[in-house]
Amino acid sequence: MSTPEKSYYPYYSPYDPCKPIKVKTYSTPPNLYLGFQPPNLPQFSPKEALRAGTLWKPLYDPYYSPYEKAKEGR
Amino acid sequence: MWVYEKKLQYPVRVSTCNPMLAKYLVEQYGGADGELSAALRYLNQRYTIPDKVIGLLTDIGTEEFAHLEMIATMVFKLTKDATPEQMKAAGLDAHYVNHDNALYYENAGGVPWTATYIQAKGDPIADLYEDIAAEEKARATYQWIINMSDDTDLNDSLRFLREREIIHSQRFREAVEILKGEKEKKKFF
Repeated sequence: MSTPEKSYYPYYSPYDPCKPIKVKTYSTPPNLYLGFQPPNLPQFSPKEALRAGTLWKPLYDPYYSPYEKAKEGR
Repeated sequence: MWVYEKKLQYPVRVSTCNPMLAKYLVEQYGGADGELSAALRYLNQRYTIPDKVIGLLTDIGTEEFAHLEMIATMVFKLTKDATPEQMKAAGLDAHYVNHDNALYYENAGGVPWTATYIQAKGDPIADLYEDIAAEEKARATYQWIINMSDDTDLNDSLRFLREREIIHSQRFREAVEILKGEKEKKKFF
């Protein structure tokens, strides 16, 4: 399974005016890795699928704000 | 021809009175990578794309209009009862002067929608690659709006829309695989 997020550590200077963001992250959703979708992948139930936005479990990648996560201490 | 269902693709609930969010959401309404651009791009490209993937462009282009309707609902709910004073505080004073509280196809910076946002090159690979890029850009836009918003109900709907961008990108990538497939050659393993 792929990871939905990657990170890197950009250069920052001691003279930067704002508090540096030491780790930068970006989304790498599952569609980047799947290629042509193979048959018989695991599915959500129809009810779950309507909420998730997809029938296919391997293609489900919910996004939450990192700022929201930080506030909740996640 | 289309058949209209008088309901939204996914429920839209807004829990806070925050017209500022409407200003951001308008990017997905009339912005370069917004839902209007997406719908018009795909529904126009489909005439000059190989038969095998016309249906895909029709389906996704149609769904983009369903997304456009969701965004419109969000923007409307956030601004319908806003006073001129509140519009001004949300940075929507220039919008109010021109449009009152009406919706308009413009981006978050107030630039009106233009057909130059979309392309139809007539080359199937070039067009599908543009479509994949458009889906990824729309996905990123949803992430930035979610980052700016602390309305949990609204973010739930935005997460749904972002997931759909991922699925659309996946299907466009598969369309490329279909069109580039060497069908005469048998594969042996």
